[in-house]
Amino acid sequence: MTTIFKNRLFWPALILVVMLGINAFTSNQFITIKDGHLFGSLIDILRGSAPLILVALGMTLVIATGGIDLSVGSVMAISGAVACLLISDLDNQNSLSGVFIAIGAAILVSLAAGLWNGTLVAVVGIQPIIATLILMVAGRGLAQLFTEGQIINVQSGPYSALASGFFLTLPIALLIAAAAVGLTVLLTRRTALGLLLESVGGSPTASRLAGIGARRITIMTYVVAGAFAGLAGLIASADIKSADSISAGNLIELDAILAVVIGGTALIGGRFSIIGTVLGAVIIQTLRVTVVAIGIPAEANLLFKSVVVVALCLSQSPEFRAKVFGRFKSRPAAEKVGVPA
Amino acid sequence: MRKSLSVAVFGGLLAVSALAGCGGSDSGGENGGGDDGKIVLGFSQVGAESGWRTANTESIKASAAAAGIELKFSDAQGKQENQISDIRGFITQKVDVIAFSPVVTSGWDAVLKEAKDAGIPVILTDRAVDSTDTSLYESFIGSDFKVEGEKAGDWLVKEYEGKTGEVAIVELQGTTGSAPAIDRQTGFAEKIKANPNLKIVKTQTGDFKRADGKTVMETFLQSVPKIDVLYAHNDDMGLGAIEAIKAAGKKPGQDIKIITVDAVKDGMTALAAGEINFIVECSPLLGDQLMETVKKVKDKQPVEKRILTKEGTFTQEEAKAALPTRKY
Repeated sequence: MTTIFKNRLFWPALILVVMLGINAFTSNQFITIKDGHLFGSLIDILRGSAPLILVALGMTLVIATGGIDLSVGSVMAISGAVACLLISDLDNQNSLSGVFIAIGAAILVSLAAGLWNGTLVAVVGIQPIIATLILMVAGRGLAQLFTEGQIINVQSGPYSALASGFFLTLPIALLIAAAAVGLTVLLTRRTALGLLLESVGGSPTASRLAGIGARRITIMTYVVAGAFAGLAGLIASADIKSADSISAGNLIELDAILAVVIGGTALIGGRFSIIGTVLGAVIIQTLRVTVVAIGIPAEANLLFKSVVVVALCLSQSPEFRAKVFGRFKSRPAAEKVGVPA
Repeated sequence: MRKSLSVAVFGGLLAVSALAGCGGSDSGGENGGGDDGKIVLGFSQVGAESGWRTANTESIKASAAAAGIELKFSDAQGKQENQISDIRGFITQKVDVIAFSPVVTSGWDAVLKEAKDAGIPVILTDRAVDSTDTSLYESFIGSDFKVEGEKAGDWLVKEYEGKTGEVAIVELQGTTGSAPAIDRQTGFAEKIKANPNLKIVKTQTGDFKRADGKTVMETFLQSVPKIDVLYAHNDDMGLGAIEAIKAAGKKPGQDIKIITVDAVKDGMTALAAGEINFIVECSPLLGDQLMETVKKVKDKQPVEKRILTKEGTFTQEEAKAALPTRKY
């Protein structure tokens, strides 16, 4: 099992290492200690990838059940808008309790958004891509409605610490993402939950007949995805100390799906890799930073990114690997694909 | 509040162009107003990507109401395809005049031709298009972005007058391919060209957004040994960059001199606080000039092909004086 796992993620990991190497070479400080906390471009990359890791984590669970969640970007916008609006109404924006209430309210709204998605998919039976498209479109409208189309500025120390603060020398945003990843790994790999998820993704009907509450599990994944997206929205808005309902989380669903795919989760459901997703998310953020660091002209950004993504996808294809690198066995990967069917 | 509600809901619907086609029924409540002789103006805004843009939107809405012009407002959310379908929507609704701020400069010929064929005059606001056929639009009201870039360049040249040491400049460009990004870049580059010690060492797009300005500046700070000057194509990217500079333990406005364009309230506040050094104004308050032109166009009076908005520049001292009376 572990050898297959390593094999599948070997190439993405190698590309990540190469890109980090480039960054280590171009940056003044790759990793160092400053003002009592870690600092440098590696820390910037990890801190910056926290929102994408969170969103992609939720996306992995949803995709594992054979669904997809397009609304994560809009949920981010809503959550940032709710939190910033509540904080901007505070008499003292630095009051910890006020900020916690605002964060709690934003997470509650995100949970509700996830519940809405899950209900549409699992109870009403709408196809996931359509069900979540509704909230993707309407959600951003809702966020703009909350903020009346304006960018809401906040000057709150505790809130901005979510994104820029440090705890035990590590960025708080990264710790939040790491906690979410740790919790998810624990719940899906140390309990039967992961097995149930994969079983629902493989065949919801067979799972139900086997006595698994497929509906409940599906709804739960959307709720979790909503909560993680909400958390990501809080970090993203804290990062710029304002809620920008137009651009917050714009198109992040595509980056998240890409991260999930790079990580080796099957889009048809039934198989998922959380560590793979985290790797995918960090790769995407590193790519974003590398483009700037090596001075690719603005016009060529997307081209550069697509070349790397194509290389990544090719490296994931057993057939391509077998042809180009004959010595890498493609057999284990092929067997694995056979499992959910 | 109710107005912003309908704008938000309508804007949300327009985000999916497939739905935009049936969006007409959505505004059914307002449609009846077209028959009472009021001029109907269809306006497609770029989006609400910055404080500048929202001030621009407010100005247009307020001026339309004051001039007694019925405004059909749509928000393209920064996407050209949305804007094209908005304009097509205005053509089918047979508005009297169409005005819009193009998201990007190219690709407008087809839809502008459709408007021309339908006999609806078009006015461009704030941003130009690159169509060679200038008969496709009546007038272009807005700032000259190249002049803005030049003003920024002039200030920098003056600031480093008589100094020969190398000055490392990083540039945060606007949306790739947009008129303000291209012109602000060219105007600035031309002005500093004569001084070889003023060097642009890195330039990258921040998409006119705070979040992107911050992430790109973070990487600039990591990959350039010493940054002396930041030139950001708008205030919001500059404000994002200030956060990155502070996080890197440097003082914005002192360790790194910052020049931005726009002069929105958040930017002016930062300028007055000494975190920005110089702002070139790009006034969003073109509503009155637009409405005046709309009326003239509707009456088939001749209008100037190029109308410039009035604007200046601000230093830190001027910002402190101007801030209390600043409208946006």
